[in-house]
Amino acid sequence: MNDSYGVRHLQKHIWENHAFSHIFNADFLGFALMVIAGVALLTFVLVYGMVAVWAERKVAGHIQDRLGPMRVGWHGWLQSLADGVKLMLKEDIIPTMADKPLFILAPPLVFLAAFTAYAVLPFSSRAQLADLDIGVLYITAVTSLGVVGIIMAGWASNSKWPLYGAMRSAALVVSYGVPLGLSMLPVLMLSGSLSLQEIVGNQGGGILHWNLFQAFPFMPLAFLVFFISSLAETNRVPFDIAEAESELVGGYHTEYSGINFSLFFIAEYSAMLLSCGVAATLFLGGYLPPAFRTLGMMGLPRLLAWLALGLFLLWRFTSFWERRQFSEALFFAVLTLAGLLLWRTFPHLFWFLTKTGVLFLVMLWLRWTLPRLRIDQMMYMCWKVLTPLAFVNLFGTSLWWMWAN
Amino acid sequence: MHFDYLSVLVLVALGIGNVLFMVALPKLLRPSKPNPQKLVAYECGENPVGTSWIQYNARFFSVALVFVVFDVEIVFMFPWAVVFKSLYKTQGCVPFWEMFTFVLVLLVGLAYLWAQGLLEWVKSVRKA
Repeated sequence: MNDSYGVRHLQKHIWENHAFSHIFNADFLGFALMVIAGVALLTFVLVYGMVAVWAERKVAGHIQDRLGPMRVGWHGWLQSLADGVKLMLKEDIIPTMADKPLFILAPPLVFLAAFTAYAVLPFSSRAQLADLDIGVLYITAVTSLGVVGIIMAGWASNSKWPLYGAMRSAALVVSYGVPLGLSMLPVLMLSGSLSLQEIVGNQGGGILHWNLFQAFPFMPLAFLVFFISSLAETNRVPFDIAEAESELVGGYHTEYSGINFSLFFIAEYSAMLLSCGVAATLFLGGYLPPAFRTLGMMGLPRLLAWLALGLFLLWRFTSFWERRQFSEALFFAVLTLAGLLLWRTFPHLFWFLTKTGVLFLVMLWLRWTLPRLRIDQMMYMCWKVLTPLAFVNLFGTSLWWMWAN
Repeated sequence: MHFDYLSVLVLVALGIGNVLFMVALPKLLRPSKPNPQKLVAYECGENPVGTSWIQYNARFFSVALVFVVFDVEIVFMFPWAVVFKSLYKTQGCVPFWEMFTFVLVLLVGLAYLWAQGLLEWVKSVRKA
């Protein structure tokens, strides 16, 4: 597709044509563009974190037949900002018994582990900070550093609840790393590359070419294993015993207050978006549209006609409009229009964000649907169900591929 | 390639800068009125009993050991999976069976752990 915002492309061009290959002779402009792209990514992650917290609270509210935050701004959309300001103004309490250096170092480490993995996430064919040859390996390596920060936080607090939370989290994250890694392998096998751009590129040609629909019973299973494991990796329900607020107070961040506490939160939400993005990239065709030519080439009049038909069906055959207030209908209309605009201008970005967003909503939905599992049930699930299943997937996929060729 | 890794380094530096900023800025804004009660570790309102740096359940250690074994195995399998297709063209099914044998050894290990009950989190008392 012809997205015309190829900052990375431009950077690379400048780098290759104006700079010597050695880092210290880097052309200033190329380097500045690199920094600008990095700052854009950082802004995206931080803003996204705030929107995600708000979205989670709204979704939670509506699932439980409440309204969620309503006071700060229209339908509470500034709630996260208000919370952020409040957390900044709160006193920072470090318990006297705590190991101070470790206590201070832990939240930044958790945040950085989630954040630096974004470097290789392909938002579109060009909007990607670094297309590393070892992209998948880099993501696995960097995200698994987060657990070190969690253990540091729990241990340094010198308090019983955080220690419980940290040990459980460590056992959980570490165990589920195994099925997570194993469920990535069939994808690598089909793509023959670790570069995320190449993995996406191999899924081109429409929805049936996505990795999800290859090797029929095996790849969907691999996706399921991957998604369940990534829920555990990000400490989400039903695997949130690490911070189970009703039994462990707050888990590993019980003793944290103020800005350090909010760093844990931003880290959790950016890790969630990251794992949704990676799932979309590996299994759902990344930024590629589901139908290769038809939808993207559709003219605007026909598009609006389809949209009108959809709205008519919604109005005529569901109670959608009756149950919604006017302002909410307006919100959905504005969201749809913004989506359309994004789709017409940056189709790759639109599809990536849509797929990621849908997976993210599934994560939120699960949180308010499922009860929390016990730790022995989780260990059972990991070692006796998911790990053998992932092995079956791996060899099933390779046998399928050898049979097909 | 230098270009891509430099980008990653720049991102790491930006992340560190952001964290430093986020930790330093509230220092200027927030109050600091510590008192001994405030600085006590939270134990549901009671004064904490003893330290928390105690010997911990050995189950976590065995889980960590099993993890290390399997994680190293996965690291071995990453390059195998990447070159699997191209190897098939020159060597046929041989790479598949090689990896299958390698994994089989580890699966025997997993089965042994399973039979020994090391994968059980709650060890029930055996009835005599």
